[in-house]
Amino acid sequence: MSLPPAVAAMLGVRQYEEAAEFPVERGYIWNTCAAVHNANPLYWDDVAAASITGGPIAPPTTLSLWMRPHYWSPGHEGERLALRLHFDMKAAFELPEAIIGDNTLVFHEPVRPGDVISHAQVLRSVSDIKTLHLGTGRWWNIDVEYWNQRGDTVGIESYAGFGYRKPGQ
Amino acid sequence: MTTLPLLFSDVTLGQELPRLEVDVTPTLVVLGAMASRDWRPMHHDYAFAVHRQGLKDIFLNTPNQAAWFERYLTDWTGPHGRLGRMTFRMKGSVFPGDTMVLAGTVDTLDTDETGCGWVGLAVSLRVGDETKTTCSARLALPTTDDDNPWDRRGERWKP
Repeated sequence: MSLPPAVAAMLGVRQYEEAAEFPVERGYIWNTCAAVHNANPLYWDDVAAASITGGPIAPPTTLSLWMRPHYWSPGHEGERLALRLHFDMKAAFELPEAIIGDNTLVFHEPVRPGDVISHAQVLRSVSDIKTLHLGTGRWWNIDVEYWNQRGDTVGIESYAGFGYRKPGQ
Repeated sequence: MTTLPLLFSDVTLGQELPRLEVDVTPTLVVLGAMASRDWRPMHHDYAFAVHRQGLKDIFLNTPNQAAWFERYLTDWTGPHGRLGRMTFRMKGSVFPGDTMVLAGTVDTLDTDETGCGWVGLAVSLRVGDETKTTCSARLALPTTDDDNPWDRRGERWKP
């Protein structure tokens, strides 16, 4: 089944290339560790961090955190969304519900406090119409590339999202 | 505190990691969502999760599950362990009131052309008899007392 031209034109194209709204900071590093009771000394003990990682770093799995927009900021109305391609696909196919099924994270250069992370989103594929126990819709795969202010790749995430309409919806 | 690093040579195929049990509370779910800057209502708004989404409660968000897997793996490796790659598949939601159990097994051991020692692990997050999330991870461990995977950069880091 062919895709709508507007969606087909998005495949493989880097979109939403932008820098984070705030630099990497330790408050969120500590909040993340507190939320999962992570006692790794890299995040709590500056002496350990200096000897092992050359100074403080962020937990690798915080990659997406740094690019998530503020819930609200001046000049914006309504909820601001992360992973906008995911919501673009929901809108393109008029699918009211969506989940993230698979998530792959590949970690490169460590992220450090003070870094300003940037990212770009790329739509890799969209499936034919599928019916799962959740409902009927489509799978899509989105890559998100992250880099720091020096242009070093810090990570790549791949998401498999499923947008769907529930039975009777 | 000084701890001896877990070395690549200390690990064997089929080795099981110590299990981690966590009682999930509403606070833990909301804390994880807010820490990861995930403002979507199904992770903090009970009425939205139940009446709009038809779920039984709010549930753990994706980045927070990643953080739980990271914490579980680096509890085992210590700070010298460096995550290279993680893939996880969510099959069901984790709700307040659940006791989640993380368990892991070493399923691959290899050394790449740069000399980096890689451990592959299969990790599961279960609630009762149900597997909620499966995760495969690849992480680097020191191969000797003076090796440090965090020193690897550029072509010497192949996650």
